[in-house]
Amino acid sequence: MPFVPHTPADIAAMLGVIGVAAIDDLFDEIPAALRIGELAAIPTGMAEMDIARLMQVRARADGEPVCFIGAGAYDHHIPAVVWQIASRGEFYTAYTPYQAEASQGTLQLLYEFQSMMTALTALDVSNASLYDGASALAEAVLMAVRANRKAKSSRVLVPRALHPAYRRVLRGIVEPQGIEVVEAPFDRRGGHTPAATLDSLAGAEGFAAVVINQPNFFGVIEDADELTDAAHAQGALVIGVVNPIALALLKPPGEWGTAGADIACGEVQPLGIPLSSGGPYAGFLCCKKDLVRQMPGRIIGRTLDLDGKPGFTLTLQAREQHIRRGKATSNICTNQGLLATAATIHMAILGAEGLERVAAASHANTRQLTALLCKTAGVEPLFDRPCFHEQALHLPAPTADVLRSLAADTILGGFDLGLDYPELDPALLVCATELRTAEEMEHYAAKLAEIIASQTVPG
Amino acid sequence: MLIHEQSQPGRRATAQAPLQLADCADIPAAQRRTTRALLPEVSELQVVRHYTRLSQKNFSIDTHFYPLGSCTMKYNPRACHTLASLPGFLARHPEAPDHQGQGFLACLYELQEMLKEVTGMQAVSLAPSAGAQGEFAGVAMIRAYHQARGDTARTEILVPDAAHGTNPASAVMCGFVAREIPTGPDGDVNLEALRAAVGSQTAGIMLTNPSTVGVFDRNIQEIARIVHEAGGLLYYDGANLNAILSKVRPGDMGFDVIHMNLHKTFSTPHGGGGPGAGPVGVSQRLEPFLPVPLVARDGTAYRWLSEANRPQSIGRLTAFGGNMGILLRAYVYARMLGREGMKRVSEFSTLNANYLMARLREAGFEAAYPQRRASHEFIISIKQEAKAFHVNAMDFAKRLLDYGYHAPTTYFPSLVPECLLIEPTETETKEELDGFVAALVAIREEARTNPDLVTGAPHTMPVRRLDDVRAARQLDLAWRPDGAPA
Repeated sequence: MPFVPHTPADIAAMLGVIGVAAIDDLFDEIPAALRIGELAAIPTGMAEMDIARLMQVRARADGEPVCFIGAGAYDHHIPAVVWQIASRGEFYTAYTPYQAEASQGTLQLLYEFQSMMTALTALDVSNASLYDGASALAEAVLMAVRANRKAKSSRVLVPRALHPAYRRVLRGIVEPQGIEVVEAPFDRRGGHTPAATLDSLAGAEGFAAVVINQPNFFGVIEDADELTDAAHAQGALVIGVVNPIALALLKPPGEWGTAGADIACGEVQPLGIPLSSGGPYAGFLCCKKDLVRQMPGRIIGRTLDLDGKPGFTLTLQAREQHIRRGKATSNICTNQGLLATAATIHMAILGAEGLERVAAASHANTRQLTALLCKTAGVEPLFDRPCFHEQALHLPAPTADVLRSLAADTILGGFDLGLDYPELDPALLVCATELRTAEEMEHYAAKLAEIIASQTVPG
Repeated sequence: MLIHEQSQPGRRATAQAPLQLADCADIPAAQRRTTRALLPEVSELQVVRHYTRLSQKNFSIDTHFYPLGSCTMKYNPRACHTLASLPGFLARHPEAPDHQGQGFLACLYELQEMLKEVTGMQAVSLAPSAGAQGEFAGVAMIRAYHQARGDTARTEILVPDAAHGTNPASAVMCGFVAREIPTGPDGDVNLEALRAAVGSQTAGIMLTNPSTVGVFDRNIQEIARIVHEAGGLLYYDGANLNAILSKVRPGDMGFDVIHMNLHKTFSTPHGGGGPGAGPVGVSQRLEPFLPVPLVARDGTAYRWLSEANRPQSIGRLTAFGGNMGILLRAYVYARMLGREGMKRVSEFSTLNANYLMARLREAGFEAAYPQRRASHEFIISIKQEAKAFHVNAMDFAKRLLDYGYHAPTTYFPSLVPECLLIEPTETETKEELDGFVAALVAIREEARTNPDLVTGAPHTMPVRRLDDVRAARQLDLAWRPDGAPA
């Protein structure tokens, strides 16, 4: 019996203690009409060696193409240490550290995670993770609207140059609470969000919060200082959506403009989490100290025990659903603890200098890839502003056809921008992390040239 | 000692980053970071040793009996982790085309189909990342359903007082008012109160069955009738699905929408607080509103369905559609169990719970609902002991740690005073359960003869009881080099 240890003698002894004749008697309070016999559509069980064979065949079938897609999930090196430690049973099979004394490992690690995230973002406090970057943004917006008591508005301004899936998730989560999401257009030449649009869209009501995405979905570096000051001048709170790897190079949200962003959030995935078809990843959420009581999710604090010895515990639990129920800051309970564990180990190994090297190498590789791809006539950068580690390109042929031909050559050529931005079609968003070699990039450029040539020559 | 406090300027794990710092002069200086973030500067061995030692300060399923009620802390088979971590699965980018993910999508499709069968629902979406996100999606579908019918006056979601805190919180996040329904003395929902509460304002009810007090609500068909007749829908919180797997199905009980916690029933790891996975299942009438993405099969090919294919969907809950690696683990687990193994899950988790309850009652502990069968969990109240010896449920919980047992859930559900909610799960041996009974008996004896030993517990953990008030008042949430806490 897989994973059930009971011997016939155990079962007989246990039934005797309970005082029933058979296990089935234990279900006698369930109305008979509702009882089912068997789950006929479930296959019979498999031994580990058999399911291993099946999974190996399926994993191999998916191949391991060379990845030039970024678009919110990035193919970075993950040190072997990260998952060997994160997969230790003591981390992998523990739960939310409700019993602090028996969970000091997880609690201290998450305190270190919070410390590292506040260092990267230059903000005061961090929570212990949310589901992913997009849902973290939704929580950040809910938090900002709650916190901004000065603003009469429950409108938030979001750049159209923010990840399309983030905008969709945001709308789905915040609109039921009566929050209106307004989109700020991007500049067609620069690909950035002009600060002037904040004023033109503010209207009489203004905004409770303004979202700044640095770099934005196109990889374009926004003028975060100017946007932050413009938003603050309107009485809005500023939410930065940032890539933690980019933070090794770019100015952190806490230092944007005169006063700094109020909240920063984003995707933890680039910090040691495998691509894995999209999850599990983790979201992070940091903020200024005075907003901490509006923050959703678990927060770990350092305190003292009865003997005056330092220790770690879940704190500010009065914000959370298990205490406040319908009045909680969020419904979140289970978060992404194991991914925060991996990210903490990853950041400890890389350090700030290691992360800066990863960021710089990814940026330089993308620059190199762009130069190679743009050798093909008609392939050119869509925007003229500086980018970080991602590049939007105009194509002289239908993007879907190009990507399909590249895929046949085990190249994942990029993200088809025309799907979400029809005004840019045909266009491609490419990324070459530090893992891409010169040979891989040259191979991609050569194949693209071939494909474009075959597409544009009639007949 | 924190990893930060082991830092030395200039030290680095040099094998793990590019050998050169590449030129980034094209990024304008005004946009550049001027000082490096204060991350630790340590060697690879220091990292390995530090986090290995930290791990050893944790209780976990792999090291300790962990009868945390309502959390289903059962053995997480290692094969699930190993097989979900095969390179072909781990390396796949979320935006890779469907045809380069047929193996992965086949697993997810089959999981969707198995979950339909297990729950008796018409359709399943694997998208929600955890139970609470599943609840949000479920209640959002209830809202979308009523709105699609122009039935916009339904503003209330009913929630029993024993419900998980996530239930009312999820209802509020979807724009509803949560209205509490009391539990009767026998642990079932108070039907009179329910009848009085329903009306044209009722959007639905959220129920856990078996409930968090550890009993199966025998009136479930009547509850379904009352709520449906009022025009409301029934939401099933699948936190306790482990107790009824292959015995009774939420779909057959009359539920319209359900979430499952795969990190409970399908044994994916809890990871120190996640990731989870909270798929939702629905009846026919809610099917158009399911969150995206969904996996479809055309002949032998699998593909994602997204917003474009599903115009009435409540939408997307995370950027890339869910905790895929966790879904793969649940798939492996479900295939290893098979239909016969699933039946054993409910049978042996229920056997273990009823055995443990019987043994504890024999030993003189007070069960909260002694006249009822336990589901896969049950409640013991320490009320008598608290009165006699001035030790409370938290003291028992902390002292259990010294005996090598993770504490049960304490003070939840709050309607039972001084309660311990105990869920042994099916993967524990009789010997382990007997040891746990012996520990509780020993602690009660200590409470009688030497109460300070119990109220001062734990004594053998890395720290003693922590000052939670200080933690909340003198906030120290992040390390700072000058020692000034944030």
